[in-house]
Amino acid sequence: MNASTRRPAAILGGNRIPFARQNGAYAEASNQDMLTAALDGLVSRFGLRDATLGEVAAGAVLKKSRDFNMTRESVLGSALAADTPAYDVQQACGTGLETTIHVANKVALGQIECGVAGGVDTTSDAPIEVNEDLRRLLLDLNKAKSVPERMRLLTRLRPGQIVPLIPRNEEPRTGLSMGEHQAISTKRWGIGREEQDEHTVRSHQRLAAAYDRGFLDDLMTPFLGLERDQNLRPDSTMEKLAKLRPVFGEGPDATMTAANSTPLTDGASTVLVASEEWAEERSLPVLAHLVDAETGAVDFVHGGDDLLGAPLYAVPRLLARNGLELGDFDFYEIHEAFASQVLMTLKAWEDPAFCSEQLGLEAPFGSIDLDRLNVNGSSLATGHPFAATGGRIVATLAKLLAERGSGRGLISICAAGGQGVTAILERPA
Amino acid sequence: MSPADRFQSIANSPVGGRITRTLGLPTPPILERHEPGKPVVSGPVLLGGAHGGRLTEPAREVLRSIGAHILDSPAAASGGEDPDLSAIVFDASGIDGVERLKALYEFFHPVVRALRRSGRVVVLTTPPAEADSPDEAIAQRAIEGFVRSVGKEVGSRGSTAQTLQVARGGEPGLESTLRFLLSARSAYVSGQVIRVEATEAADVVVPEDWDAPLAGRVVAVTGASRGIGESIATVLARDGAEVLCVDIPAAGEALSAVANRIGGSSLQLDVTDSQAPARLADHVAERHGRLDGLVHNAGITRDKTLGRMSEDQWDAVLDVNLASQTRLNRELFERELIGAGGRLVSVSSVSGIAGNRGQSNYATSKAGIIGMVGALAPMLRERGATINAVAPGFIETAMTAAMPLAVREGGRRTNSLVQGGQPVDVAETIGWLASPASTAVNGNVVRVCGQALIGA
Repeated sequence: MNASTRRPAAILGGNRIPFARQNGAYAEASNQDMLTAALDGLVSRFGLRDATLGEVAAGAVLKKSRDFNMTRESVLGSALAADTPAYDVQQACGTGLETTIHVANKVALGQIECGVAGGVDTTSDAPIEVNEDLRRLLLDLNKAKSVPERMRLLTRLRPGQIVPLIPRNEEPRTGLSMGEHQAISTKRWGIGREEQDEHTVRSHQRLAAAYDRGFLDDLMTPFLGLERDQNLRPDSTMEKLAKLRPVFGEGPDATMTAANSTPLTDGASTVLVASEEWAEERSLPVLAHLVDAETGAVDFVHGGDDLLGAPLYAVPRLLARNGLELGDFDFYEIHEAFASQVLMTLKAWEDPAFCSEQLGLEAPFGSIDLDRLNVNGSSLATGHPFAATGGRIVATLAKLLAERGSGRGLISICAAGGQGVTAILERPA
Repeated sequence: MSPADRFQSIANSPVGGRITRTLGLPTPPILERHEPGKPVVSGPVLLGGAHGGRLTEPAREVLRSIGAHILDSPAAASGGEDPDLSAIVFDASGIDGVERLKALYEFFHPVVRALRRSGRVVVLTTPPAEADSPDEAIAQRAIEGFVRSVGKEVGSRGSTAQTLQVARGGEPGLESTLRFLLSARSAYVSGQVIRVEATEAADVVVPEDWDAPLAGRVVAVTGASRGIGESIATVLARDGAEVLCVDIPAAGEALSAVANRIGGSSLQLDVTDSQAPARLADHVAERHGRLDGLVHNAGITRDKTLGRMSEDQWDAVLDVNLASQTRLNRELFERELIGAGGRLVSVSSVSGIAGNRGQSNYATSKAGIIGMVGALAPMLRERGATINAVAPGFIETAMTAAMPLAVREGGRRTNSLVQGGQPVDVAETIGWLASPASTAVNGNVVRVCGQALIGA
């Protein structure tokens, strides 16, 4: 793209509600409730009551059919001006980062001056559908024109049709759950139990430390009495984690437990994106710029790729396009869907065979310094309300760069359907 | 509206009132409170003065400015059947000797009963320290006792009485204070001695709109998520200020709701955090460039009698209620984020004046605020800024609603207005002190206590 037609898209900050475990503090809250709360917290933090923004883009992975206009409805219920347009995006766990990219691109092209990106998910207030047989029958009933016809249709009613359709964390084309898929990848990449548990403990400890130093004070607003992520275990230790039985994978090499996999979680996040001019007019400091992004997908159905392996390819493409190497970053944010997904990513990029055969690189892509990776913890500690994770990570990384004064950060988020969303944030010196 | 005073509702109902009067119980008057657009006074104001006073004409100017119907003779006031005076303003600065104190009796005796409900008595004096002779100093000081007694007599009808000491040269700075004391904004302030300092007319800011005196000003309020702090933020925003609402992160949900309701912004900050001064200063510098006002309202109680009080209970109260304020002030001054025209207002307490059983920690912190006001006032005057404190008495909040009945009733009734105050009464008082027009009000501690008996 011609650089002269683009301008920097600035990340000004974010707001999320603490993430709650499934059927925890937000058991009664809907997606709309949570997204509205996250939006209102952002509005108060940045003094935006009654402001008309360019757009609000958000989404949810688990969504009721009546929430067809969820984000717009949330805007209408928020303190923002009612003439702020909004739309929903749905790209599995990549949703929150994808919406940020959308809004940032529009800002960069001058189509809007400012916008909010975000995401929300509830696994507690999940949509439940009637099963397919019953749905067909109900549709036919609706079409029927006479009473006898309706009566005839009702004779098709069977007890089994009462069983509802509950959303499952399952890939439609393989029938395997995400955990089961990742168990295959974990084994294939030879990721051990101990390194997964180590990574998990580190995530909890780092998030606890971030809370202690007040890092989240301007990134989060309590909701329904919850003040911190409900999943956080500051006292997590290797010994405690070692006691847990594996939940994914089979046999003695099963390594993935409920601790080193993310739990089902409820929550919402938002990010404020704007042009430099808009930020300056309102005296809002710029934390970082969204420089570039790359979304990719892999053929996990027939091609033998890892379900959560798309970022392995997307990041090298993104960096090549920007003339960067893996070592050129001050911070790395790799979404912890599973500890083994992060460790697999690191291993793949260090693996000469993978890098040469799959990425077409002459030398391994590179290594990541663990002291720069997920420095305030990530999804294993915070929890992972699918669509809300991207916004959490963008705001966290932008603030880290602002604290550092200058620097560059990489975001990598794997998603269901063999997809991955990645981005570069930068704060100029 | 805060928790209801049920006795007040009953005593003011036709049937309930008959019962309470039969039992000889006081009837807590319904106090008039300010509403935007309402005139400062709705009825006539009687203006008088002892011969030789210097404050009658400045007071008349203010009364003209508020569009009051001014009556100059007691005869005009006492002539009618119904008590109809909104206020009685008396310039006592001419009373330069003890024998002339009788002017008070002569002026007020025939007219005091003509004061309508929620009426106002304001007596203007010279600070005794500025008197030209010992005799004048004694007389001027004596007036305080007179006014306080009037307050106790008119209080049962919801009226108030104040002594307004105007320094020589303080005449140009009179308006904001006289407006406040005459208006419904001062509903729960009574029996106070308020001092207006000497000032140059050129230094006095006259708001374009007296209903929005804080227009264009940025004011931070700590502890803004609920109770009195929420009310302060609301009133300051109503008066035109851009309000930065501050509270601890754990109170963020309510804080955010307050900020969005009043159109301000929120900052989640624990004022006792070692990083808090720098964080607040950075936030102010980046987002607003300066603060025109800072209201130190955040406070906690950890009540225990001294022998049973833990070290933590002592430390927490002193740190939140007092030490954090001095740290925030220091940082904001050093970084010059509170400049000329700045207004610092701190929330003290009647407990800080009188002491209170089980509150040795709290009373120490609140008395320390009075010390802070006294210590910083001269420095702030040099910068063209001011610092004052309000000392609330019994205010109806969720905290007082949780008190045992006997304690609560005791607190409510032992004042001239026979009721607890509302958070808005504290907020309105702070609004007056935070106003750019209150240039000449510096170093005052104003009680918002309905002229409570304790610590008076």
